[in-house]
Amino acid sequence: MKTIRIKDHNELFQEQAYLEQFENKRAFEAPWPKEKVREIAEWTKTAEYQEKNFARKNIKINPAKACQPLGAIFCSSGFDGTMPFVQGAQGCVAYFRSHLNRHFKEPLAAISTSMTEDAAVFGGLNNMLEGLENAYTLYHPKMLAVCTTCMAEVIGDDLHAYIRTAKEKELIPRDLPVPFAHTPSFVGSYVNGYDNMMKGILSAITTGRKGEPNGKINIIMGFDTYTGDYHEIKRLLRMWGVDFTLLSDASAIFDSPNTGQYKLYPGGTPLEDAMDSINASSTIALQQYSTLKTMDYIRKEWSQKALVLPPIGVKNTDFFFEQLSKLTGKPIPQEIEDERGRAVDAMVDSHPYVHGKRFALVGDPDLLLGLVSLLMEMGGIPVHIVCTMGDKKFEDEMQGLLAESPFGSEAKVYAGKDMWHLRSLMFTDPVDILIGNSYAKFLWRDTGTPLIRMGFPLFDRHHLHRYPVIGYQGVLNLVTMIVNSVLDEMDRKTIDTMSFDVIR
Amino acid sequence: MSTTIKDTQKMIAEVLDAYPEKTKKERARHLTANDPTGQCGSCKVKANTKSRPGVMTVRGCAYAGAKGVVWGPVKDQITISHGPVGCGQYSWWSRRNYYNGQTGVDTFGTMHITTDFQERDIVYGGDKGLDAALHELKELFPLAKGIGILSECPVGLIGDDIEAVSKRVAKEFGIPIVPVRCEGFRGVSQSLGHHIANDTIRDYVLGKGKLEKTTPYDVALIGDYNIGGDAWASRKILEEMGLRVIAQWTGDASVNELGIATKAKLNLIHCYRSMNYICRHMEEEYGIPWDEFNFFGPTKIYASIRKIASHFDDRIRENAEKVIEKYKPVMDAVVERFRPRLEGKKVMLYVGGLRPRHTIGAYEDLGMEVIASGYEFGHNDDYHRTYPVMKEGAVIMDDATLYELEEFTRRMKPDMVGSGIKEKYSYHKMGVPFRQMHSWDYSGPYHGFDGFPVFARDMDMTVNNPAWNLIRRKK
Repeated sequence: MKTIRIKDHNELFQEQAYLEQFENKRAFEAPWPKEKVREIAEWTKTAEYQEKNFARKNIKINPAKACQPLGAIFCSSGFDGTMPFVQGAQGCVAYFRSHLNRHFKEPLAAISTSMTEDAAVFGGLNNMLEGLENAYTLYHPKMLAVCTTCMAEVIGDDLHAYIRTAKEKELIPRDLPVPFAHTPSFVGSYVNGYDNMMKGILSAITTGRKGEPNGKINIIMGFDTYTGDYHEIKRLLRMWGVDFTLLSDASAIFDSPNTGQYKLYPGGTPLEDAMDSINASSTIALQQYSTLKTMDYIRKEWSQKALVLPPIGVKNTDFFFEQLSKLTGKPIPQEIEDERGRAVDAMVDSHPYVHGKRFALVGDPDLLLGLVSLLMEMGGIPVHIVCTMGDKKFEDEMQGLLAESPFGSEAKVYAGKDMWHLRSLMFTDPVDILIGNSYAKFLWRDTGTPLIRMGFPLFDRHHLHRYPVIGYQGVLNLVTMIVNSVLDEMDRKTIDTMSFDVIR
Repeated sequence: MSTTIKDTQKMIAEVLDAYPEKTKKERARHLTANDPTGQCGSCKVKANTKSRPGVMTVRGCAYAGAKGVVWGPVKDQITISHGPVGCGQYSWWSRRNYYNGQTGVDTFGTMHITTDFQERDIVYGGDKGLDAALHELKELFPLAKGIGILSECPVGLIGDDIEAVSKRVAKEFGIPIVPVRCEGFRGVSQSLGHHIANDTIRDYVLGKGKLEKTTPYDVALIGDYNIGGDAWASRKILEEMGLRVIAQWTGDASVNELGIATKAKLNLIHCYRSMNYICRHMEEEYGIPWDEFNFFGPTKIYASIRKIASHFDDRIRENAEKVIEKYKPVMDAVVERFRPRLEGKKVMLYVGGLRPRHTIGAYEDLGMEVIASGYEFGHNDDYHRTYPVMKEGAVIMDDATLYELEEFTRRMKPDMVGSGIKEKYSYHKMGVPFRQMHSWDYSGPYHGFDGFPVFARDMDMTVNNPAWNLIRRKK
């Protein structure tokens, strides 16, 4: 048999025949002279270009930001038997699903009401009614969690009235929980979408449920796309013997075991538990910016103690456990103390490769605050901090954090800026390491700065989201990723020198 | 009516039983048992109609068709996702339309550029901001050959006049600025977005490019988006035949190529669904004939090469035979290696564009049988091209839902499924081998002689990977 070496795109298009094809194709492209392209390419790296780049106010280029309903869907899919239901145009839902599929490598069901031109004129009532009936009959959810696309928001669909009508017409059972949230894409981002949906769900399903205190603590993860974090928080609290309800457990749907069966509803927060969350002693949120309204609601309407305790980095995790210990009256168990000791031991061992290294970071507000805190704890120097979804509040909080450490003195915070801004910054003030999502790889390519993939979305590496970034175990994982990325880069750079060491 | 058709129809009826009455009636029109002879009157699906709310359609929107498919790959123009931030984010470099160029300097394909609408834009309109955005982009990207404004839902709902902005600024800049009215609520699927995009190519760039000389062998390669390098593999064949490909639409396309296709002697269209409109226009306005072809798998490639050559003189016809002769041993070796591993395997397809029918031949070259196929956004003319190439009693699906796909899989037990990212992981959970047949699962190319070995390798690795056997299936 003739053996054939199969070349896919990774090798094929480097072959001479293709290189010639590409060169010949230029005859039809009316291309700019190569010299001109080189000139402009160099110009984009200058301070002059940076000034123009930062002068723009009306266009985003490579933003690290996506819209509200994505966060809403993510939130609702963490409740057991719950079908995310989106009032609006269908393309949006195709996009939300794809986006989450690509990050988690997991299926996600979500419903659209497929609104088209006629709905734009007459409103989306009919779409909602037929949509609720079809979704309920076909997919048998225990709860339909409704959010909106910008289309439904612009035309002003009245979700409350529509859902009531569906129940009055008995298209869906009267006792079926159908919480809703308005999630316009032109306000905020998925961080707010998560918040709005969580508040929508909790306020709907706890109505009239105020009763005996259940002695539990509610935990809200926020828009946390690390499934490992969900497993981690459950492990820690169970180990500690803390009775808790994890409100929206995304690990059930985005990290379900392969059993040869596709389950539409593989688990999540049991609705009974969610309904009883109003009777918990307190609520802890592990993110701030994705839970602002929800926590405010819990404080005011449930009169619960509601604490925001993001546990990324050593000090943050220390504070988390101290506060939890106060809340529960239970001392921190030795196992957790041991985990802390191991994490700190790892930091001490690895510090020579992180101390003094300069970092650029781009990502979501809560993750950035945690990462910057951790970096400074082991002598890393944050330099450029870009948060497209960040606001003034975030900027102030980050400034406060940076001011706490001498390692924070070089940093500048860029709320609302994007990765094209960051590109300029990385040319005019280069750093050693970049931290960001998969799209930050274009910055790696352009500037040659090694990228550590953290945050959302992570499309081009597998399984990173399975490893927790919270707690002391999270510290250990993050330190491992950071130090080994530094070492990988060191090997790449020294490959032809005497410094290509085997012991580091 | 044959028993195979009857059996399939019975199965379809059972699947439909779960729907509420009105939706059941509607969905019944979109599912059928295939009759390749065309004699069975009820064996035709209804296509290109609205999806039912709440059933979980797989479809996307007009923006996806116009930005994601047709305009997005045009490499040296800036494509603005005009409206809120999400649409551009979710479609950011997800279709892998490969191109040559320096991104951010003379090409812009892997960039996500958006006006990121805020509430004030909804209230006061976005035209002023758009005008300013165009100026900012021109400052930062002086080598851009054009700018496309791809409208998202709110733009059409709030009554912005992006055409007026485009016209004014295009005059100022001296480059095409193309307003594309592809708001996601228009039409019933991606399909209208293709059509709208075709119309804007016609209105804003067609016939406006520069080409020094023409030859009798000039062709345009239309409807190939160069996913994983597909168009390059196809172009290689055409060039080896002695044809001159003067324009490649729109994978790795330049604005100039969109302008000069009118000088071709023949338009060769691969994805009929997304670009037939412009071919018809060039036929009517410029008298350019067009022909469909299929570069998936050796059988179809050989036939297509001969069909294409038949439009030209003896020289090209002779070259065609030489090209076939050159590659046949390689193709035979691929078949020899992979066919024994794939013979008799059953395939279910649910995709878009040209794939539900065009890839059937490639599967058959490997001894595999396509037992069900369907289009996300097909029209009647797509289905008329599909019935004859499918076996009697095969399932034909239009705008299938998650529920239907799952049910058909359970009942028909395909050995592998080819569909999209939204379907992929539910099949992984079911333990059914699956390939993304939109993006080639990040592999490719699949077109042409260089693509078929990759296609065969990929189908084999997926169907025969040992990890599937580790799944502990609950009885």
